[in-house]
Amino acid sequence: MVALPSRHRSLFLLGGVVLLQVLLLAVQIKRDSQGRLIRVWTVGAVSPFERAGAHGISHIRDTWNHYFALQNASRENEELKRENDGLKLQITQLQGKAAEADRLAALLKFRQTSMDVPMVSARVIGWGADSASQSVYLDRGERDGIRRNMGVITPDGVVGKVIDSYRDTSQVLLLTDKDSGVGAMLVDSRTQSPVGGTGEPLLVMKYIPNDDNVNSGERVVTSGMDRIFPRDLPVGTIAEIKPGNPFKQIRVRPAANLQRLEEVFVLLTMKPLQLKQDSAAPTAATPPAGAPSAAANSPASPEKP
Amino acid sequence: MNDAYDIRSSELHIEVHKFRAGAIILATAFALILQAFLPIYFPKAAILDLPLLITVYFGLSRRNPSTGLLLGMAIGILQDSLSGPNVPIGLYGIAKTMIGYLASSIGARLDTEHPAARFALTAFFFVVHQGIVALTQRLLLSQPERWFTMHLGAAALINAFVAVFLFMLLDRLRKTS
Repeated sequence: MVALPSRHRSLFLLGGVVLLQVLLLAVQIKRDSQGRLIRVWTVGAVSPFERAGAHGISHIRDTWNHYFALQNASRENEELKRENDGLKLQITQLQGKAAEADRLAALLKFRQTSMDVPMVSARVIGWGADSASQSVYLDRGERDGIRRNMGVITPDGVVGKVIDSYRDTSQVLLLTDKDSGVGAMLVDSRTQSPVGGTGEPLLVMKYIPNDDNVNSGERVVTSGMDRIFPRDLPVGTIAEIKPGNPFKQIRVRPAANLQRLEEVFVLLTMKPLQLKQDSAAPTAATPPAGAPSAAANSPASPEKP
Repeated sequence: MNDAYDIRSSELHIEVHKFRAGAIILATAFALILQAFLPIYFPKAAILDLPLLITVYFGLSRRNPSTGLLLGMAIGILQDSLSGPNVPIGLYGIAKTMIGYLASSIGARLDTEHPAARFALTAFFFVVHQGIVALTQRLLLSQPERWFTMHLGAAALINAFVAVFLFMLLDRLRKTS
């Protein structure tokens, strides 16, 4: 063993003695949140090696897994793709069911708020075969009390009217069909005018004079004058207004989503109905002179070509 | 054993002193007891650091760094033990270990018998001692101890002044040659 010079020996002794006392201090001192100082020091001294070791092992494992151990990757990839496809299908189905649940909930709510109106819910089971007319088939017919010229609605608004009723099926002419129409009025001015289809997604409001004040975005509701639909059911909102001769050319966006119908209500009565008692509402304005009555252009006139 | 012997290094001539049996122990015990009890009756006496003065004296006299640092450690730890609960054991131990080592090392190179040298060295060691204590408190105890105050400067001078007379008394404990 190499003998240390006495001067160095005392230096080593000094270092050892001071270190011992520092450790003695560390054992006694307790930091507020971290425990005894000796533990803090020990953890502080060891943790960098642990961190470096863990990082190194993780790096090595990643390198091994991503570059060397790939013999099963292709098979796993195929399996995962299949699983992914299955999950996508499940998600689509679940989204459909969720949307259906939402629709049914809305229908139920609407049905509960209109308990005094006789109606039956029906599911759309098909669309008209020809492209010239806008019609759908329902899964309910005469056995459920559905007759010709009965009104069809959704909680969002008017859909159309029944044009044929069979034993278990019925056909509905949509409001967008060029032969369809409904007695309607503007919510703000209460001006009445029939609204009819053109074969396009937007409807037309036909007999509003150029002098009348109509605003874009104004709501249009049923007037009840056609004796099919109760008064104040939403028909749509004003989408376009153009001056015409002698009446304005007004386009109305339907309130009900007629392009994506799935569940509807059929109003089981031909008598005048009133969904909402509106005693405070101003008296409905009479149609302007020269304009045909709402009933004349309403879905209640199925024989109209 | 000789009462005193010489360290001859180059042209320097330094004496290493021996003390009567039990003198170091008795002096240390007496200093610690006084340090503990004097402030009770004379609060101003708390400014004195008698254990430090004993460490410095025997370090300078014995002139052996190993002995000096061990004596400083022992005195410091005893002082820690007699201090309040807020002083962890080792706080003054570390400081006095360093002072014992420094005093012995310097004592082996300088003639420290002259009162002026003793005054200056004691004041220096006092400041260094407080510096080590402050450093230890800052690093290990997380206590924001101030490095230097006027009170500390005054205490250094007072301790140095007392040391001059105390060291004369302690000189009487030396074995005569």
